[in-house]
Amino acid sequence: MYMKGTSSKSSPVDTRLSRRSFLFAGAAAGGGLLISINASMFRADRAAAADAQVTTFAPGAFIRIDKAGNVTAIIPQVEIGQGVYTSMPMLLAEELEVEPNQIRVEQAPPDDKLYANPKLGFQATGGSTSIAAFYEPFRHAGAVARTMLVAAAAETWGVDASGCRAENGTVIHDASSQRLTYGDLSAKAATLQMPDKVALKDPKDFKVIGRSLKRRDSVDKTTGRAQYSIDFMLPDLKVAVPQASPIIGGKLVGMDEKAALAVSGVRRVVRFDDTVAVIADHTGAARKGLAALNPQWEGGALTYSTANLVSDLDKAAAGEAVVATNEGDVKNAASVAATTLEARYESPLLAHGTMEPMVCSVRITADGCDVWVGTQVIARVQSAVAEATGLPVEKVRVHNFLMGGAFGRRLETDYAVQAAMIAKQVDFPVKVIWTREEDFQHDVFRPYYVDKLSAGLDENGMPTAFSHRVAGSSVMARWTPAWFVNGLDPDAVDGAAGPYKFDNPLIEYSRSEPPAGLTTGWWRGVGVTHNSFPVESFIDEMAVSTGKDPVEFRRVLLAQSPRAKAVLDLAAEKAGWGTPMPAGKGRGVSVIVLFGTHVAQVAEVSVDPQGDVRLERVICAVDCGLVVNPDGAKAQIEGGIIFGASAALYNAIEIESGRIVQTNFDTYRVMRIDEAPKIEVFFVESDQPPTGTGELGTAAIAAAIANAVFAATSKRLRRLPVGLDVTAK
Amino acid sequence: MEYDLNINGEQRRVDVDGDTPLLWVIRDVLGMYGTKYGCGIAQCGACTVHIDGEAARSCQTLVESVGSSAIMTIEAIHTTTNGRKIQKAWQDLDVVQCGYCQSGQIMSAAALLSETPIPTDADIDNAMSGNICRCGTYVRIREAIRHAATLDGNAKQGG
Ligand code: FES
Ligand code: FES
Repeated sequence: MYMKGTSSKSSPVDTRLSRRSFLFAGAAAGGGLLISINASMFRADRAAAADAQVTTFAPGAFIRIDKAGNVTAIIPQVEIGQGVYTSMPMLLAEELEVEPNQIRVEQAPPDDKLYANPKLGFQATGGSTSIAAFYEPFRHAGAVARTMLVAAAAETWGVDASGCRAENGTVIHDASSQRLTYGDLSAKAATLQMPDKVALKDPKDFKVIGRSLKRRDSVDKTTGRAQYSIDFMLPDLKVAVPQASPIIGGKLVGMDEKAALAVSGVRRVVRFDDTVAVIADHTGAARKGLAALNPQWEGGALTYSTANLVSDLDKAAAGEAVVATNEGDVKNAASVAATTLEARYESPLLAHGTMEPMVCSVRITADGCDVWVGTQVIARVQSAVAEATGLPVEKVRVHNFLMGGAFGRRLETDYAVQAAMIAKQVDFPVKVIWTREEDFQHDVFRPYYVDKLSAGLDENGMPTAFSHRVAGSSVMARWTPAWFVNGLDPDAVDGAAGPYKFDNPLIEYSRSEPPAGLTTGWWRGVGVTHNSFPVESFIDEMAVSTGKDPVEFRRVLLAQSPRAKAVLDLAAEKAGWGTPMPAGKGRGVSVIVLFGTHVAQVAEVSVDPQGDVRLERVICAVDCGLVVNPDGAKAQIEGGIIFGASAALYNAIEIESGRIVQTNFDTYRVMRIDEAPKIEVFFVESDQPPTGTGELGTAAIAAAIANAVFAATSKRLRRLPVGLDVTAK
Repeated sequence: MEYDLNINGEQRRVDVDGDTPLLWVIRDVLGMYGTKYGCGIAQCGACTVHIDGEAARSCQTLVESVGSSAIMTIEAIHTTTNGRKIQKAWQDLDVVQCGYCQSGQIMSAAALLSETPIPTDADIDNAMSGNICRCGTYVRIREAIRHAATLDGNAKQGG
């Protein structure tokens, strides 16, 4: 999702916490040391410590060290496959001087204040932020804990702390050969004053950060033991299979409740205006019951189709626009340019298609409400369910699970709210499982975009004017209204000029919303994923319009951007850019900057006489600063490329007469292993603070593929997916 | 209707409609959650189990059609040599991301190794193209299957 840049001034939460106020140290319940992140939590922990019966802590800490020396990391970020349970403890381990595999991992509970993502201002896992946001706070927490443990040892021995060192969970005084473990020291450390300043390691002294560590969840996930929200069970739990109106904005007008109840195992039918759910002893019975129920729908956007969506966008693009950037005089620069270029690009609605569909279990009792769910936004789920049930927030307990993919879909709370509404109607716990068909039809789609670009080139073929008008719905206006100011969606125009500093740039945004009931949302790589396709394709158009090599052309444009130029050079070199390709094959390049990470990709495609495009090889050069867990980061890039390539080559959600056409993996074709390219990933060595990787592979690939298709066929693709346009005349 | 199933070496009796997909019997009735739902129409492979040693999509296998055939799920795949090899290879190469598709991937891969101990890339593509991974772990799955083929069958799988 969109990450706030330094230029946005409208953050709903002040994220500029000083470091001093960010970390607090103190006693942990039952003794031991607790490094908290917030003053109010520190007090809560103190209170808990006073109660001898309490053996678990109030939340709010990054690290807990008990008397036995067990180190626990409390992770505010959720595990969606990106490996944070492996990589984040590495940050603590580095400064705390323990082996990362000795650290236990605990998921932080919902709390937008205590566990706010410093990059976002609230608790969320998205925007490729986890490592970037917690690189400093986690290392600080580790360093503070280590410093206090060393001080405790020094005091115990009556020696100077400067003569003591920490190593592998132990403090050692070399002169006297004394040593004490962190477990021995944690209670005493907790009584000490927190140091004003701690020294963080120089990156060149890192022993843990930079090592390829094996994933913690690998065994559970290869033995079937890993538990996802769909696997949650209670003895009296029933399964609900819902269906919401398949017509956008339609209402339920009829159903055969008798037939549904006649299916063995079916217990209840629950209905709402626009949704119905069959509740049964098991999923098989609920699905069969739903088929027997045969709900009927009426009304809604029956005359609405993709063509309406596109013409609305074209109208918006031709009408008023909000200016995001306007420097120099683009009109004048274009009028005096030697040549001008214009193009219109289109990017379709996209589904997330997480492997695990939306699932949420809810139990409402006199004592409040329990929610068992997989979410990227624990605190948002808590408040949304509180609102839906009318319960106070503190009566809603959210239990988060591993997620079978998220990709931005689980930044929404709709499925949890729906589950709560269903649970309200019954007096037993209920697990609401969406069918795959429901998951596709009621996804929160990546917006459809129409992009209009133009450029003026001087007599050397270099751009002297650049304009880009983005037309699309605004995710931000709905999801974070405070960041949507004066009609501008900063995410929609993120990367709208690519990584380039053009002379006389004009970037504009025109908003156009689809009808109610068709919701748009975050999708892996967000603004840049969409913008990189038109922009990096258009850059290619500029280059070839004057016979320039696409890599050379970009190198000149990026002369002032050393990191972007370096990844471009690396990718070109590794790909053997410039060496001849056989007929029917081509190479294409793209460069992006997203969340501070610089990526260049070279794609190699082959196009057969029928126009089928095969992505054969992708070379990806990445500068994400210091790489915390290289093999994990590489896996993120590999997976991101497959995810993005799948969308670029095959994917579009279409609407016909108010219905979503693609309803399962038979009609929404996704990349399979026999279509997967060879992928080579290269990291630029760097000691800069780490930036994200989770969405980077995805965001750069579409343009690289489209440019490669052009190289192979001289056919310029201006509409995704590739298959739509490549065979078109 | 009652059915006696031979699953993971045990006899289990279930009382469900005959047209209930085996997937939901395994998960909701027998309480083994390693086998996953992804599409319900034999398109994604998340629900893959072995029936008499062959990979089968349990979402499209009706419980009445199973008879006395031996069903094996991810929970018992470590009892087979090829299952252990595949699990070990998956762990050695850190294949998994979200992990949701991986039970199905492992069941398909173990069946492949049983049939073709040293599979070519084309064999791998053939056997594995019915298993979708939205996290895009295909590059590593390919490598891991090649690696598994070189492993000692008595290799102890971690965990
Ligand atoms: S759930 Fe059976 S193949 Fe997808
Ligand atoms: S690992 Fe996530 S779907 Fe395969």
